[in-house]
Amino acid sequence: MTVKAEARARLNFSTDWTYAPAPESASHAQIKPRYDLFINGKFVAPAKGEYFDTINPSNEKKLAEVGQGTGEDVDKAVRAARSAYDKVWSKMPAKERGKYIYRIARMLQERAREFAVIESMDGGKAIRESRDVDVPLAAAHFFYYAGWADKLEYAFPGKQPTALGVAGQIIPWNFPLLMAAWKLAPALATGNTVVLKPAETTPLTALKLAELIQEAELPPGVVNILTGAGETGAAIVNHPDIDKIAFTGSTEVGKIIQKSLASSRKKFTLELGGKAANIIFDDAPIDQAVEGIINGIFFNQGHVCCAGSRLFVQESCYDEVVRKLKDRMETLIVGDPLDKNTDIGAINSKMQLEKIHEYLKIGADDGAEQWCTSCNVPEKGYFCRPTLFLNCSQSHRIVQEEIFGPVLAVQTFRTVEEAIEKANNTPYGLSGGVWTDKGSKIFKVTSKLRAGVIWANTYNKFDPTSPFGGYKESGVGREGGLHGLLPYLNLN
Amino acid sequence: MAQRKRNGKGNGHTQTMERRTRMTSQAESEHVDQPQRLRVLKTYKIYIGGKFPRTESGRYYLLKNSSGEGLANVCLSSRKDFREAVVAARSAQSKWAGASAYNRGQVLYRIAEMLEGRSQQFVSELIEQGADPSQAQNEVTLSIDRVLYYAGWSDKYQQVFSSVNPVASSHFNFSILEPTGVVSIIAPEDTGLLGLISTIAPTIVGRNTCIALASESKPLSAVTLAEVLATSDLPGGVVNLLTGTRKELVEHFANHMDVNACVYCGNDAKEIETVRTKASLNVKRAIVIDRKNWTDTSAQSPYFILDTQEVKTTWHPVGI
Repeated sequence: MTVKAEARARLNFSTDWTYAPAPESASHAQIKPRYDLFINGKFVAPAKGEYFDTINPSNEKKLAEVGQGTGEDVDKAVRAARSAYDKVWSKMPAKERGKYIYRIARMLQERAREFAVIESMDGGKAIRESRDVDVPLAAAHFFYYAGWADKLEYAFPGKQPTALGVAGQIIPWNFPLLMAAWKLAPALATGNTVVLKPAETTPLTALKLAELIQEAELPPGVVNILTGAGETGAAIVNHPDIDKIAFTGSTEVGKIIQKSLASSRKKFTLELGGKAANIIFDDAPIDQAVEGIINGIFFNQGHVCCAGSRLFVQESCYDEVVRKLKDRMETLIVGDPLDKNTDIGAINSKMQLEKIHEYLKIGADDGAEQWCTSCNVPEKGYFCRPTLFLNCSQSHRIVQEEIFGPVLAVQTFRTVEEAIEKANNTPYGLSGGVWTDKGSKIFKVTSKLRAGVIWANTYNKFDPTSPFGGYKESGVGREGGLHGLLPYLNLN
Repeated sequence: MAQRKRNGKGNGHTQTMERRTRMTSQAESEHVDQPQRLRVLKTYKIYIGGKFPRTESGRYYLLKNSSGEGLANVCLSSRKDFREAVVAARSAQSKWAGASAYNRGQVLYRIAEMLEGRSQQFVSELIEQGADPSQAQNEVTLSIDRVLYYAGWSDKYQQVFSSVNPVASSHFNFSILEPTGVVSIIAPEDTGLLGLISTIAPTIVGRNTCIALASESKPLSAVTLAEVLATSDLPGGVVNLLTGTRKELVEHFANHMDVNACVYCGNDAKEIETVRTKASLNVKRAIVIDRKNWTDTSAQSPYFILDTQEVKTTWHPVGI
């Protein structure tokens, strides 16, 4: 041990652990200087003629400007969606509807590289992730739901499901293209038409998807994509001719949406925040568990609603886990999102970086022990070193509140019951992780955790066939899988 | 209305009919020629945590029949009663959720058995509260059958609604249903027994615990149902029954932070808005059921169980 310890002491990760740059070329990514709103199959200028910039968070340079959708634009889009629903989409044989969705899936696969590059430029995520996770999963989502279009009566025994009509969808900035796919694919497969708003800071891949949808010759008005900020979203939520709202974002905004729909006939699904517990028992395969902790909290810069942001380590293996975790964290490369070696890209926006910094201060002020890696970070752009807080207690704000960044709060426990109780002591209930080699313990803990997605001996895995969504204040309804069809259907 | 009479048969129907002597003139029964015996009258209490407390508020309302005669003093439950009921429901939740499907099926079957044994009492109470005899009989038999219907679902709905998901990566992945947790229920106003049973049964067979507010105008069946539940192997706290007014309680049923779902039966636009608005405080599931006819078979379905369920998806790697 002492030899190893000395070796560790000698190894300076910031200088010794280096790779030659391996940048992904951005030359084939076509980004226009300006994007209009996609309404009724055409790109049209926003009613008020206003545009806002979208920037690359890794170098703070402007990528393009996009239309600022207003209530007037939303109304126009809803009318287009309603008309497309009444005249075309609801009358089309289901299998033909499915074919359009298959076509979108295929075209997305073909253009995967361009989408991945733009996703990384606009949102800051590492190209390794946008290339291997976001884009392939988005295509897979369309592929999965395409096949459901003509099989819906098999999904709900004893029922004759029918479409709702027009769906209004509002998506977040952490997985811009993937979230668009999560929303669009089931809505279209179930026969609804859509008005979708991408997040303010990450509109580009949704607009590229609009171009692709145009090329796929999807009937005009079936999908409408409007860029804008909170007001555009509010106009969608409050539009009287929308039948369903699907929102992914913060619990704070989710509650506002739920409240504003109180006197409305609209159905809704909410996929909100989380503060997941990742629980490590002393009989876990520790090296694998450490990989799981890393993937749990540092995947996508920690901008993940289901991130394993609360780590619970059994006391008997605490020293080993923390030592190995710190070592592994030191190898993480923070930097250019387009570099294929990069593990942690740029924080999505200046605002988000400021929020994370505020929580780092709160954590330290509350008395938790702060530790971050010694890696170099680029001077320009929004970057944050992977950070641990040790000796946290349940009442710490960094334990209770969602940070949405590469910040992990660590606590310990002794017994299974204590782990479960601490894990469930949160208003959230989106996800959780359990690490142990003992099967019966896995089933005990996974069945006691009050959360919608549980990863046992793995973390942050996603698949179109796998339902995703939260308990308690983490949301209402499921997306993905058979269960993800239900929010878009009337069961008669 | 059935005529008031006293005979030696001890028929449950006539026994309960006599309750009204407490509220009306004692002299009305003087003409009966049997030696006078003072009836032991029933006090209608609420049901919290398996016990029968009076409302902590000390307030009551006088329930009258259609002729304006008093039938019973009924508890006007308060916010505090509701909060106590939530504590009871929360304490009972984990154990009830952990009971086996087989066991829950048997408990519900036992409730049906006990209802059957008490059916005449329910019939006469419904008549007292304004139903005609055939209607009352029908409501009671349907109620018994409805409990039985959901008893049968206890070990089946999971099989119908869960899934094994064929993910592309090397993982075993499955989705099952779990209870939402503690559910508050504003039971239908126009049916005293059937509506209450039709909302409670799918909630508890789905491993939730609940607090239900009985029909304000027909509360007697709820209290008698509580007596059935208390003697039918259902653990205390799984079902809690309150009587009182919607006007006072709807808001509290919807805004309590330790309630996971609120089932509202009715069509009062203002109350629905209150339920949905308050539900947003903790992203409560608000389920609004606007149904006139609870006797129809469409009023029972496993999809009503689904209303208060959460889908949990679990992943595990496949490998060595």
